[in-house]
Amino acid sequence: MSQAQEQYVDIRLRVNGVVRDLTVPSRRLLSDALRHDLRLTGTHVGCEHGVCGACTVLLDGEPVRSCLLLAASVDGREITTVEGLSGPDGELHPVQQAFRDCHGLQCGFCTPGFVTTIAAYLEENPDPTEEEATEAIAGNLCRCTGYVGIRAAVLRAAELRREAGR
Amino acid sequence: MKPAPFTYHRPTELAEALGVLAEVGHDGKVLAGGQSLIPMLSMRLASPANLVDINAVRGLDGVTVDADAVRVGALVRHAGLERHEEAARAIPLLRQGLRLVAHGTIRNRGTTVGSIAHADPSAEMPAVLTLLGGRVVAASVRGEREIAVGDLFAGPLETTLEPDELVVAAVFPRPPARSGSAVVEVARRHGDYAVCGVVAQVVLDASGSVASARATYVTAGELGRVVDLGEPARGLEATAPQDVWSAAGELAAQTVEVEGDIHASAAYRRHLVGVLTQRALRSAAQQAATTSGRSAA
Repeated sequence: MSQAQEQYVDIRLRVNGVVRDLTVPSRRLLSDALRHDLRLTGTHVGCEHGVCGACTVLLDGEPVRSCLLLAASVDGREITTVEGLSGPDGELHPVQQAFRDCHGLQCGFCTPGFVTTIAAYLEENPDPTEEEATEAIAGNLCRCTGYVGIRAAVLRAAELRREAGR
Repeated sequence: MKPAPFTYHRPTELAEALGVLAEVGHDGKVLAGGQSLIPMLSMRLASPANLVDINAVRGLDGVTVDADAVRVGALVRHAGLERHEEAARAIPLLRQGLRLVAHGTIRNRGTTVGSIAHADPSAEMPAVLTLLGGRVVAASVRGEREIAVGDLFAGPLETTLEPDELVVAAVFPRPPARSGSAVVEVARRHGDYAVCGVVAQVVLDASGSVASARATYVTAGELGRVVDLGEPARGLEATAPQDVWSAAGELAAQTVEVEGDIHASAAYRRHLVGVLTQRALRSAAQQAATTSGRSAA
């Protein structure tokens, strides 16, 4: 098999509302484009093969694993990272506030992936049961806090969203 | 872990994609959802010289439901098909299977057709297509051909597709009248690869007893093969308790080839084949009774 030379491609992403033009190797993973090229290090890279969920970002609002996407493949699309969830003056997103309230994080490594996953989940399912909350986070791994606090944070975030809606 | 360099192709028309594949298909891979391929590239289990990204190709993202079948285009994401109400009404088994494909986050990107073309014995949708007796539509510069699912799989992660062919759609036939289906699996966590899974279909006769019972297997058995469990199941009442299905479960455990691996010994997997077959058949029979309105006591 002949090995290809490094190839560069020009892409345009809209990241957290800002248009970013990039020239990246065609093999650049979206997770690396965000962290290395755009210096948005809020997106964490754990397993790099789609198991841990730490690198989850929103692609046009839907949660996806950024380590399982080529940056070139999402040319022209809208990406939301954990940095894009908080308010303009740094005010916490309801999911972030809920993680603080419920001790949903300890070392914080897995947290960005949980926060993006849950934020998108609550958009579609604003009032989950405890069982649904467990299911919602089943695709993300945490190795220190444990899932009890995180599940509580899902329910608390739903509560915060309802309060804010009133 | 980073993929080795490759030449990236991003066609926007099908003809263009097929042209690229005709040129580089022997040393290339098709990228659709990438939820299996990208990890393989990152771990360098695969290092094709060319990557043909079909995500920008127009006209491959449709689901069409007609009197005979549900046709799923190559760019339909698992999540999109799972949400498709008309497809779910036509073939309840689609949603039953899709709900168990990895996690929601993976289903947002992974494609159903890609999962079938990837031919992973641990994947649900190849087993669903097999049970329904479906087919795929493969296109190349030489034209289009249909491949019945029984002729598609050459082995684990191996198909009979030519290097220049692109699967543009999978066709799932509607199940027969008075039938029910179920997908039952055991996994370490919901969404993980199944240690063992069963996709089952039961068809009832006009009086409400079992006329046929069939199953395909996930992480067990042979890709593309349907196991006929009709003999021990025939004549059973649709609402029979689970233990009545034990003969069918035993037949499955004897028939389906299993292997041991890091997750389960062959003996444990064989045990699961038996138990999960009973559960799946019972559940499928109950669904058949409910949908055909013959819920005999």
